[in-house]
Amino acid sequence: MRLTRKTLTRGAMATVAGASAFALMACSGGGGGAASADSLSVLVNVENAEIPAVLETLAAGACSEQAEGMPLEVDTTPQTNLDQQLQLQAGQAALPVLFSAGNAPSLTAELAEAGHIADFDKVLGDLGIADQIEPAAVSTIESLYGGFRALPFEYNVEGIWYNKQLFAENGIDEPQTFDDMVTAAETLNAAGVQPFSASGEQGWPITRLISNYIFRDLGPDAMQKVADGEAELTDPEYVAAAQAIADLGAEGWFGKGVGSIDMATSENQFLNGSAAMFYMGSWFLSGLNDPEMNQIGVENVGFMPFPGVDGGAGDRSQLAANVGLPLTMNANLVNDDTTGWLECIVSNYGSTALEQENRVSGFALNEEVADVPELTSMVQEQVAATETTVLWFEALFSAEATTTSQRNAAPLVTGSISAEEFMELVQADM
Amino acid sequence: MKNILGDRRAAFVLLAPALLVYSVIMLVPVVVSLGYTVFEGNAISGFEFVGVDNFVRLIGDTRAHEALLFTLKYALVVTVGQVVVGYLLSLLYVFGLKRASGVVRTLVFFPIVMPTVAVALLFQQLFSIAPTEGVVNSMLAGFGGVPVDWFGDGGSAFVVIAIMDIWRSMGFYGVLLYAGLVDIPEDVLESARIDGASGWKLVRHIVVPLSLPVLISSIIFSINGTLKVFDSVMALTSGGPGTSTSPLTISVFDHAFTYGEYGYGSTLAMLLTIICLIVTIFVFRGSQRDLTKDGPR
Repeated sequence: MRLTRKTLTRGAMATVAGASAFALMACSGGGGGAASADSLSVLVNVENAEIPAVLETLAAGACSEQAEGMPLEVDTTPQTNLDQQLQLQAGQAALPVLFSAGNAPSLTAELAEAGHIADFDKVLGDLGIADQIEPAAVSTIESLYGGFRALPFEYNVEGIWYNKQLFAENGIDEPQTFDDMVTAAETLNAAGVQPFSASGEQGWPITRLISNYIFRDLGPDAMQKVADGEAELTDPEYVAAAQAIADLGAEGWFGKGVGSIDMATSENQFLNGSAAMFYMGSWFLSGLNDPEMNQIGVENVGFMPFPGVDGGAGDRSQLAANVGLPLTMNANLVNDDTTGWLECIVSNYGSTALEQENRVSGFALNEEVADVPELTSMVQEQVAATETTVLWFEALFSAEATTTSQRNAAPLVTGSISAEEFMELVQADM
Repeated sequence: MKNILGDRRAAFVLLAPALLVYSVIMLVPVVVSLGYTVFEGNAISGFEFVGVDNFVRLIGDTRAHEALLFTLKYALVVTVGQVVVGYLLSLLYVFGLKRASGVVRTLVFFPIVMPTVAVALLFQQLFSIAPTEGVVNSMLAGFGGVPVDWFGDGGSAFVVIAIMDIWRSMGFYGVLLYAGLVDIPEDVLESARIDGASGWKLVRHIVVPLSLPVLISSIIFSINGTLKVFDSVMALTSGGPGTSTSPLTISVFDHAFTYGEYGYGSTLAMLLTIICLIVTIFVFRGSQRDLTKDGPR
């Protein structure tokens, strides 16, 4: 074919038209607020294997009718990327039906304010199942998120899990005060046992120690005072808490390379007996009750509240409590199909989670669960006996302060930054 | 053909599809991002006009300054490493291995094909100290040294990042520069040899000047890539410990997508764009000088 100016121009015109149509299609696709869902899409942080497992069980059992009309679809993302993921999806009106609330409760509050998150007071009230949630869990959620904006797929208390056998071999009793714990750590270290295991990669297992020290020393309202501007993290009494935890790191009691230790490794260090103490929430029960993972044996696992600080305003009965990283619901996808699923989950999750995963949740138990493992019963008793609970270090922080705190936790215990510098960095981002 | 290209309308029609696609996927986002610099907010809570507040904040933001310094340090060290090692490799291919260089070129090129995350995981294992000591620490211990927590300190973490990125891309620059070196006419090299040039003198006065265009291209490639480094640092250290290995790109990512500050994130991104532009112009201008006109010293 002879290439003339005319044919070339025509060809180019056609290409332009095609490209324009393509560009327009590309621009018009994907946006818009989805008002219906074909599946029960769930976004969970990848570290949480339990929620997907229990939801799968429900989909195959108690909620099979709902799953038939609306199949369950679980997607995961690392917890450290969760906040970015939620912001991006919210910006594109592409949030799934159920999703893990962000790391920073302030993000959930922001999403709620922008109308992305369902109000469970209303949704569960309309369904007539509001009484299926434990009041204590609702109260924790309300204090964190400024409203009933998440569901308590777990209700945790936190404390220090310890290896009873290692304690007994070294003549150590359960420490009652922070000084006792330091003495215990000295003894263990001298015996060649790593006293503490913690994930510096995640950071929060270390900052939890700081907040517990603050609550024991300054009382359960100490972090609320910081959030309200009545106190600053750079005040000497707050810096002292960071210093106390930095001192544990300076002794090398968190082991080598704490900044590179991920969560699974820190759990393994406790479960294989190479570390004697491990600060973690009761969600760790699934690992502790798993004979393949728990090489030290269930009978050798003890749980103690974070010890008291001499002369402090708080005491060790005030356990740190939380609802984990709870799931919340997309307000734009509350419809007959999704609420059918929701009703089934709320009514059945508590018993299924306890039976299958040994998970204590904030959902009422719709049927008695027999053969609850010993450690799980112990946690249930601890929860029942706790009158005052406290939150965690970053609970009332902004997203920026949360990130700064968790990223700088490892440098604090490795001595790269001082306690003053750590608190200054976090306070600056509050 | 000359008639067709001489016709403005035909030229426009021929250019329009590419220009349209380029505008939609490149220029529009750049302009929108530029516009964000005078706003603050995010897609969830909406945007508010803040004028020059983001620029004022940038001037007083010590963490952004630290990130900028890290970016420049990283770009300098890694660009020098990539181009120098790449150039040495290309010299080895052309003058050392000659026709037998194919296998070596392929092997050294291989890491650039691997996903960055896989390379980062490899280096995390190589340099780990716990729960098990990596190869590097085992070798250190074997030679009587003390194992080092490479990722526990900003300085040593930077060393690992630099080694990783130079190792990963040296093969690419080796091949790029090799393409430039094989273009040097053999008779020019031969006559230089007859004139008594060999070894360093041959490289300094004949090879470098004649391969200068491709060398400059490599430097521009490298410096623009390293100034915008994100994936390798994110995968290896996530900018840590603390923020000691955090380049500007991670700050942009954090502010825009973690803290919901699209405006300030865009301001940081604009700073990075300007730096890339300045450095590129600087390298271009610096390369205008014709090295072949320098007399032998």
